[in-house]
Amino acid sequence: MAAAGAAATDLEVVRGKRAALFFAAVAIVLGLPLWWKTTETYRAPLPYSQISGLNALQLRLMVPVTVVFTRDSVPLDDQEKLPFTVVHEREIPLKYKMKIKCRFQKAYRRALDHEEEALSLGSVQEAETMLAEPQEQAEGSLTVYVISEHSPLLPQDMMSYIGPKRTAVMRGIMHREAFNIIGRRIIQVAQAMSLTEDVLAAALADHLPEDKWSSDKRRPLKSSLGYEITFSLLNPDPKSHDVHWDIEGAVRRYVQPFLNALSAAGNFSVDSQILYYAMLGVNPRFDPASSSYYLASHSLPHVINPVESRLGSSAASLYPVLNFLLYVPELAHSPLYIQDKDGAPVATNAFHSPRWGGIMVYNVDPKAYNASKLPVRVEVDMVRVMEVFLAQLRLLFGIAQPQLPPKCLFSGPKSEGLMTWELDRLLWARSVENLATATTTLTSLAQLLGKISNIVIKDDVASETTCAPLRRISTRLTSSGSRFGTWIQALSSLKSRSLQPRSGCPSTGGTWTQMLGVLSATSSRLPSSA
Amino acid sequence: MAVAVRLALIVLLLLGPGGWGHTEPSRDSLREELVITPLPSGDVAATFQFRTRWDSELQREEVSHYRLFPKALGQLISKYSLQELHLSFTQGFWRTRYWGPPFLQAPSGAELWVWFQDTVTDVDKSWKELSNVLSGIFCASLNFIDSTNTVIPTASFKPLGLANGTDHYFLRYAVLPREVVCTENLTPWKKLLPCSSKAGLSVLLKADRLFHTSYHSQAVHIRPVCRNARCTSISWELRQTLSVVFDAFVTGQGKKDWSLFRMFSRTLTEPCPLAAESRVYVDITSSKQDNETLEVNPPPLTTYQDVILGTQKTYAVYDLLDTAVINNSRNLNLQLKWKRPPENGYIHYQPAQDRLQPHLLEMLIQLPANSVTKVSIQFERALLKWTEYTPDPNHGFYVSPSVLSALVPSIVASKPVDWEESPLFNSLFPGSDSSSYFVRLYTEPLLVNLPTPDFSMPYNVICLTCTVVAVCYGSFYNLLTRTFHIEEPSKGGLAKRLANLIRRARGVPPL
Repeated sequence: MAAAGAAATDLEVVRGKRAALFFAAVAIVLGLPLWWKTTETYRAPLPYSQISGLNALQLRLMVPVTVVFTRDSVPLDDQEKLPFTVVHEREIPLKYKMKIKCRFQKAYRRALDHEEEALSLGSVQEAETMLAEPQEQAEGSLTVYVISEHSPLLPQDMMSYIGPKRTAVMRGIMHREAFNIIGRRIIQVAQAMSLTEDVLAAALADHLPEDKWSSDKRRPLKSSLGYEITFSLLNPDPKSHDVHWDIEGAVRRYVQPFLNALSAAGNFSVDSQILYYAMLGVNPRFDPASSSYYLASHSLPHVINPVESRLGSSAASLYPVLNFLLYVPELAHSPLYIQDKDGAPVATNAFHSPRWGGIMVYNVDPKAYNASKLPVRVEVDMVRVMEVFLAQLRLLFGIAQPQLPPKCLFSGPKSEGLMTWELDRLLWARSVENLATATTTLTSLAQLLGKISNIVIKDDVASETTCAPLRRISTRLTSSGSRFGTWIQALSSLKSRSLQPRSGCPSTGGTWTQMLGVLSATSSRLPSSA
Repeated sequence: MAVAVRLALIVLLLLGPGGWGHTEPSRDSLREELVITPLPSGDVAATFQFRTRWDSELQREEVSHYRLFPKALGQLISKYSLQELHLSFTQGFWRTRYWGPPFLQAPSGAELWVWFQDTVTDVDKSWKELSNVLSGIFCASLNFIDSTNTVIPTASFKPLGLANGTDHYFLRYAVLPREVVCTENLTPWKKLLPCSSKAGLSVLLKADRLFHTSYHSQAVHIRPVCRNARCTSISWELRQTLSVVFDAFVTGQGKKDWSLFRMFSRTLTEPCPLAAESRVYVDITSSKQDNETLEVNPPPLTTYQDVILGTQKTYAVYDLLDTAVINNSRNLNLQLKWKRPPENGYIHYQPAQDRLQPHLLEMLIQLPANSVTKVSIQFERALLKWTEYTPDPNHGFYVSPSVLSALVPSIVASKPVDWEESPLFNSLFPGSDSSSYFVRLYTEPLLVNLPTPDFSMPYNVICLTCTVVAVCYGSFYNLLTRTFHIEEPSKGGLAKRLANLIRRARGVPPL
């Protein structure tokens, strides 16, 4: 009896153990995966390895230079060797993780018949217009014509000429080492007209250590899809001044041609407004010596803020706004001059603020007050104003004054105020800047997402990341600045929820081939599919 | 004669807004106007209107150049293809019964209604974006406008300006009644004015005065209007209106007099040099009807008469562009005085201070016979501090009875009484003459139910907490601190031995 009882108890114990085991097994086999699945955060896959590969990118900027020799430019036996190609590559020393190499690919060839004919013309401008006609030059390329040493095309004391289009003319030399000498000169000219270290340094200003590059480099606007340009006339004293400005005409005549030339860099919209009773934030000082008022250079930063509240933000678009203010000082503070650091009045009576815009002070002619009673009708001399504003606009887009080699004739820009090679340079800078920004954005995004392991990554975010044409970077990268803008927009919308809904990838197909070969980038790590 | 010509001109302007400005050389023009209306209740209504007309077709022109028209709104029109936009921010409610009909009433809170042009394909999207942009421009919570509070009226809210079609599909209407209007909405509104708040009528727009009013309504209306009489092309009209009702009666110690300085704490110093027309109208209708009961200072040079909202009105007109009205040495401070003080008119009101003194309202009224006079007072129910409630707060709070002291005319003339001789009940109140007697009546005390907090809540909380502590903490603590150990059987205490002794003696087995 007792044995049977003990056996039953044992059986009970074994059953209990089995039950416990089974319970644990169910909990582990079913419960654990269920718990895992239900508490999981959704993280769409991101191309992490490709993103980290971006840091090791090597950029090779290719500048195709065509060197055309006329009949008497170099010794005959040298002419026999034509055509051939010389490659000159050098690394641009910047403290940036991306290695940037500049590669001048010089193709030497003999002049064609019509080129000979054009270069035998009387003046260099005529020759240029005739040369420009048959074919359009590729963006970013250069054509250098080497003419005979004693050709009358250039003035006697000039060695070379740089035109507004992508052409330059240079005297040849009758010398045994002609190609070497000319080669060096070509590099000089190309330095003036094409890619330089300064341009790239300015483009990468935000990504470089601060000490090396001054704040001057941070002046240009950041790359964007478009820009809004607003001209504002500030009339703080409408009781005394009845100011009229022909802004419609000025925009049509001076600003629009410039912006048309610059249209590759973004969409521009221009508007203007007149603000009355808009005061500067600083009280001008009186200078008894000249009985005029002045704004000292150290007080200029305080001028902008109070004015800005009246300017009104642009409600209708998300593009950065460039403000150009024309300030007609009130009667009590006229004439008003801006002083520089040394206390001398600034010739243009204007100043600009980096990435914001410019302000010009326009003094009313004192003779006007004698003639009639108040308010005095003031017609603004728009040529004077637009000269200043256009110069400021060029500065804000990072188009600096070119540094010419010695003994060089310089044609100066045509009516639109922008030389074609300056635009090329700008586009180069923009491309490099966009590439750097995109790399930084993607890298920091990947870092951030890696660091916060339980953040949700939605599909649309992931698709925007992969839409960013990473694979194309790895192989070939061409650019017109605006296309890059689209891409940057896609990237920036990752971080901040952009208002503009984006559907699918930005279509980039057509334009990728547009400037093929101009700018190429190779990566040491990413597989090349080209 | 000159006055008559001017009057005719004004009438013409009012009748045909489109017929104006065809001789105007500049492409945009500004008119500003302030109408001051003494209201029947004793309050004063001031209505500002700033009208900017712009002879431009905004949608057609690529480059837009703004002079008087504000750029922020102009960009909106062209970007969102607006046909009309009406936006108002209102605090308070226009009491038509006491104040008469308004020029333009607006609902409390924010109201936005927009007609889009028929070229807009996705109206809802534009509407959403527009309300967001407007919310940014006017610092208001218009971004809370969504499909839940947007309606498409089919019969009401027809376009106020020129319109090709009135397909209500392009109309959106929304009201946010909770929107609180304050200085931050007024500042951007003032910024849209060409003269900002530096000259002209807009000098008077001082925020701390405008918001201490019974009614404050500011609005923006944009609509297309005819450019000329034949309506061959359109212009854009921006009307910025602001109406306020000042409680002149209370702040003026029971007098209905007012002046610009007392209302706005500013006077008009200079006209806006950009305005083509800048006028102040003062309603002096009652002066004409009741034989010069009021006096306006300075006396108006011109007056203007018209039928406004169904009644004949007379306005005193002050043209700020006229150097006789306003010049360098002279500010314009309009004043209005009632010559004859209202007869049944003594009102003394002393407002209460919280926890210091009660309200006091004294009125001296002559009541006509067989009439009913009602005095009503509005009050707000407020919560007291929790220690200030009486032990039985749900019973209510007493408001002390009103006192009515009256000199009632007596029907029968009584003979003069001798103070010392007459019965005591007859000489309680000293009577001045025999034709009337004095009565002082008290009303019932008023029992007001104030909102009371749930006083049982602390009790509930204590109960719940105690239960939780007792049940959970107690048993848990018990479990944790109690130790179990097996007790060794011992010899037992004195009682046990005693018991065993007795058991042994009785022959029972011991314990």
